[in-house]
Amino acid sequence: MGAANLLASSSQDVDFFIHGVFSYELFGQTFWITTTHVAIAIVMLLIVIFAVAARITISHAKKYPTGFQNIVEMIVEMLDKMVESSMGPYAKKFRNYIGSIFIFIFLSNISGLFGLRPPTADYGVTLPLGLLTFGIIQYNNIKYNKFGAFTGLFKPLPFLFPINLIGEIATPFSLSLRLFGNVLSGTVMMSLIYTLLAKFAIGWPGFLHIYFDVFSGAIQTYVFCMLTMVYVTDKLPETE
Amino acid sequence: MGITDKGLVLACSAIGAGLALIAGIGPGVGQGIAAGHGASAVGRNPGAKGDITSTMLLGQAVAETTGLYGLAIAFILLFANPLIGKL
Repeated sequence: MGAANLLASSSQDVDFFIHGVFSYELFGQTFWITTTHVAIAIVMLLIVIFAVAARITISHAKKYPTGFQNIVEMIVEMLDKMVESSMGPYAKKFRNYIGSIFIFIFLSNISGLFGLRPPTADYGVTLPLGLLTFGIIQYNNIKYNKFGAFTGLFKPLPFLFPINLIGEIATPFSLSLRLFGNVLSGTVMMSLIYTLLAKFAIGWPGFLHIYFDVFSGAIQTYVFCMLTMVYVTDKLPETE
Repeated sequence: MGITDKGLVLACSAIGAGLALIAGIGPGVGQGIAAGHGASAVGRNPGAKGDITSTMLLGQAVAETTGLYGLAIAFILLFANPLIGKL
């Protein structure tokens, strides 16, 4: 970070920035492995271990589930129900994607509880998530509406084309900025409390952790997935 | 009174960050209205609580966006100030 750091001029340093861990040279450019990469690697490792364990359990599934099998079935059922309630007959095609990003974003958001800097508090993580959603929206738009995807931009009145175009392009940015802003504000609040109120921060920040990391994280995950589904369903043809 | 150029820019940036967060009024009022209507909807039709809650959360999240733009401006002014480089 540059010299322009207001709070750094106080005696204590407020530290919620992304740090470089080590750098490497590639094609004459310097790239950094940052704390975000490390946090994502940890989250990914957790997901992969869980996935392998779930796979082993489900392949030896019992008729009357116990223990771990119960948990896996509960998670899958919950995600399926969420997708089905808002996408209806198209749910089958999208529940893999929605379920995956739900689990990833949720674990990323609550990783602040375990002392990591949440990966979703880095715009370099949320923007690709938004662009993925944008890709899926436009792919389905062209797949189902064929040429109507382009004529649809001129729909109510022809001169509204620029506004419609901006509305389409703004989607990934508003999606990603919403997630980024919410998680970052939680991270900043927590680090402010831990550095500027260090002497008094005994015990009670736990409640703030529950609000900022668990509650806000879960809500924002839900909202991200819900909005993705709403945007995609908007492009699909009506059924019945 | 020796106010340096840098000190002036930093002070004005801090004030600007505070002003940017006035944007928080809008989402606060809007989310409150949405929550109020959600509560009255649940009162009229308790069976549809799940649908009402998810619709309410969705609307509130969209309303929150404008507040977050203000927050982003405040963060940029405080922690990644572009004006210092212009001195």
